Amino acid sequence: MARTLKLRIWRGDDKTGGLQDVTVEANHGEVVLDIIHRVQATQMGDLAVRWNCKAGKCGSCSMEINGKPRLACMTQVASYPEDETITITPLRAFPVIKDLVTDVSFNYKKAMEIPSVEMPADLKPGEPRMQQIDVERSQEFRKCIECFLCQDTCHVIRDHEENKKSFAGPRFFIRIAELDMHPLDMLRNRKKSAQEEHGLGMCNITKCCTEVCPEHIRITDNAIIPMKERVVDEKYDPVRWLGSKIRKREGIL
Amino acid sequence: MANVEKHSYDVVVIGAGGAGLRAAVEAREAGLSVAIVCKSLFGKAHTVMAEGGAAASMGNVNDNDNWMVHFRDTMRGGKFLNHYRMAELHAKEAPDRIWELEMWGALFDRTKEGKISQRNFGGHEYPRLAHVGDRTGLELIRTMQQRIVALQQKDKKEFGDAEKNLRVFAEVTITEILKENGKVAGAYGYRRESGGEILFEAPAVVIATGGVGKTFKITSNSWEGTGDGHALALKAGANLVDMEFLQFHPTGMVWPLSVKGILVTESVRGEGGILTNSLGERFMFKYIPDVFKDKYADNEAEADRWYLDQDNNRRPPELLPRDEVARAINAEVKAGRGTEHGGVFLDVSKRIPAEVIKKRLPSMWHQFYELAGVDITKEAMEVGPTCHYVMGGVEVEPDTAAAVGVEGLFAAGEVAGGMHGSNRLGGNSLTDLLVFGRRAGMGAVDYVKSHGKNPVSDATIAKAAAKIEAPFSRTGGENAYSLHQELQEVTHNLVGIIRTGSELQEAIEKIAEIRKRSANISVTGDRKFNPGFHLAFDLDNMLLVAESTAKSAIAREESRGGHTRDDFPGMNSTWRQVNHISSFDGEKVTVKPQPLAVLPKELFDLFDVHELEKYMTPEEIAKGGSN
Repeated sequence: MARTLKLRIWRGDDKTGGLQDVTVEANHGEVVLDIIHRVQATQMGDLAVRWNCKAGKCGSCSMEINGKPRLACMTQVASYPEDETITITPLRAFPVIKDLVTDVSFNYKKAMEIPSVEMPADLKPGEPRMQQIDVERSQEFRKCIECFLCQDTCHVIRDHEENKKSFAGPRFFIRIAELDMHPLDMLRNRKKSAQEEHGLGMCNITKCCTEVCPEHIRITDNAIIPMKERVVDEKYDPVRWLGSKIRKREGIL
Repeated sequence: MANVEKHSYDVVVIGAGGAGLRAAVEAREAGLSVAIVCKSLFGKAHTVMAEGGAAASMGNVNDNDNWMVHFRDTMRGGKFLNHYRMAELHAKEAPDRIWELEMWGALFDRTKEGKISQRNFGGHEYPRLAHVGDRTGLELIRTMQQRIVALQQKDKKEFGDAEKNLRVFAEVTITEILKENGKVAGAYGYRRESGGEILFEAPAVVIATGGVGKTFKITSNSWEGTGDGHALALKAGANLVDMEFLQFHPTGMVWPLSVKGILVTESVRGEGGILTNSLGERFMFKYIPDVFKDKYADNEAEADRWYLDQDNNRRPPELLPRDEVARAINAEVKAGRGTEHGGVFLDVSKRIPAEVIKKRLPSMWHQFYELAGVDITKEAMEVGPTCHYVMGGVEVEPDTAAAVGVEGLFAAGEVAGGMHGSNRLGGNSLTDLLVFGRRAGMGAVDYVKSHGKNPVSDATIAKAAAKIEAPFSRTGGENAYSLHQELQEVTHNLVGIIRTGSELQEAIEKIAEIRKRSANISVTGDRKFNPGFHLAFDLDNMLLVAESTAKSAIAREESRGGHTRDDFPGMNSTWRQVNHISSFDGEKVTVKPQPLAVLPKELFDLFDVHELEKYMTPEEIAKGGSN
């Protein structure tokens, strides 16, 4: 079942670089990351690529394959026609370090800007009681493996470096939504800060992020749109916010 | 030396999985400054792979559960070779560590009463594993990661700088633990991105680097599992304990390559999956040991009836304990009846309708379909034993996680030995990380407060720097990738799941040979994010681990838990009293026996004496514990 595969791999660093043609053997059932490893072991010993679990669980091997943001460990070679040359390039939204490795520190900076969970002051370890249905909403967002493909594909920052300062991106909208829907979190105005500090308003819900999410998190429908809809309501009605928090804690909502 | 990046902290934690992050939180909350060093990006550690859950006797589902029951289960699982004190601390403290995660934002699945749900798992008497679907490890790592961020945010408010006292150094490899005056003084390494060298001055170092799976050809571990911490500790003068004990899962995928090593859960066999060899024979019937003959069917008709009527039929032999299944697969392959890729076939497709498979084994079906194009509803899988977890590790003081023999060095998590004895129970790993990660943090805090700084000398730095430069100064030498593959062949074939004395002897010689050649590795390209360069250092660690494992394995003349000797098939009560201690003199690893700590009377008395008689010598039983 072996076939000969033509690849074009982007090689270079923050200053120069370009696509290089490589021919390599591919076996039945292999994914793009397997092929990259074979290229590394046989032809380009210093080809830089990030990867960890090779099972779609850690979100390290994010790159662009034929222009689409993808996890290399979850992309089968067989999904491309026999005669097609597969082009592999680094994530476009982030600065290149070397070859397929980019500087994703933007995301860690944004993570730092989002206030952490704030527990009720009187709550002791072992005391929380929550219903499954109430934790499931936040659990969906906690499935995120931080591959940052959603960040890469988002057109607000993909080709607009200038927007990065005021736009946290889909990964952090679901983080805010997760905390906002967390049954125990007491910090108020999360939606408002999403809008005013993290650029929620710049998203025009094209759903590109949802499409590339390997965890199939409904980023747009379940996080972004509900926050957008309610951000205005709560802005003018603090009683609504308080009510929602009390209902959450009583397990009513 | 002028271009070496220099940092000074109270504590340096090597490894950012569950144990490392928990240690860092503890040390920072005690007011110390902490650096966290990790080989990959923050939040990618192998902890994310844990699926089943975290074992803690909270008693949310069955209130008969308590620490004593958990302790007993852990000791049984480890075949009583565990360090009793570690198993005791773990069982006692696990519930608090889980509840604490909840206070830091973790969202576990719930019971009807709204408590943390707990599920059954092999070897646990009661439902005990806190879980989040099948992604519990991800929840744990993310919660710890977000806790670190929360502490940094607090520091930012107080000092105006989030990273002043707690900083993550991602994509940094540590090549050496530095010592001055016989005590830990820091750590030295390089940034993977740039190849630039980096020095951490710190009186205390916590090793939390995880496992050694990449030493083996087929493993469920990620690239990071190269035994770095095991090797760093050895080289710093610490000991490893019981390195012969490795947990192999009998059914890891061996082909296609894209899923090599990935576990095929036992439930595939539980749902009706059968094992066949290349001749099409359902071979497990040939491998039923005498002690199991009354419980397992010796013919296909009865085995098949069991799925419908479990009361009146014996179980199919595919459901024998893990080590028996692995031994059988191994024997078939060695007899030349394996698949082209060195495994056997595991087939569920001919026995269960496709829609039932998809319903009962959704993540298995999805995973292999997406990752490998294998449709388990239509075709057989090729499986064989895969290296999953190392029970052996750095010898530590249970209460403080301090490494025996090196002042200022601590170890926690998979890299530490003793807790799991000869075999780890599923679910005990995640709580091990938390319980001993915290204890290592506390141990480091106490040590730093009583000892203070220990500056690193220029001579020490120069020596560490020279080692990093070495592979670049050679040309036309050995290729690290090829040597790694050779090592993996040796460990897989000769130090794998079933061992014999003669093969182990051969392995020890071959590992020494590869080690000799590895001194001549040369690297192409420059220092910037160069995987060939990175592998040269990882390989050195794996070679030390393999040597320690092979030498410990040849010394232990019995079979117990994760160590099976074909030439010594039984468990031996005299061997139970022995730990194997590996040390390193700069040239070679030496393995020596050391008496296992004796179970104190109050823990001895938790067991039925007739159960202990199966494991202990009559003299030990007569003594009834240590006091």
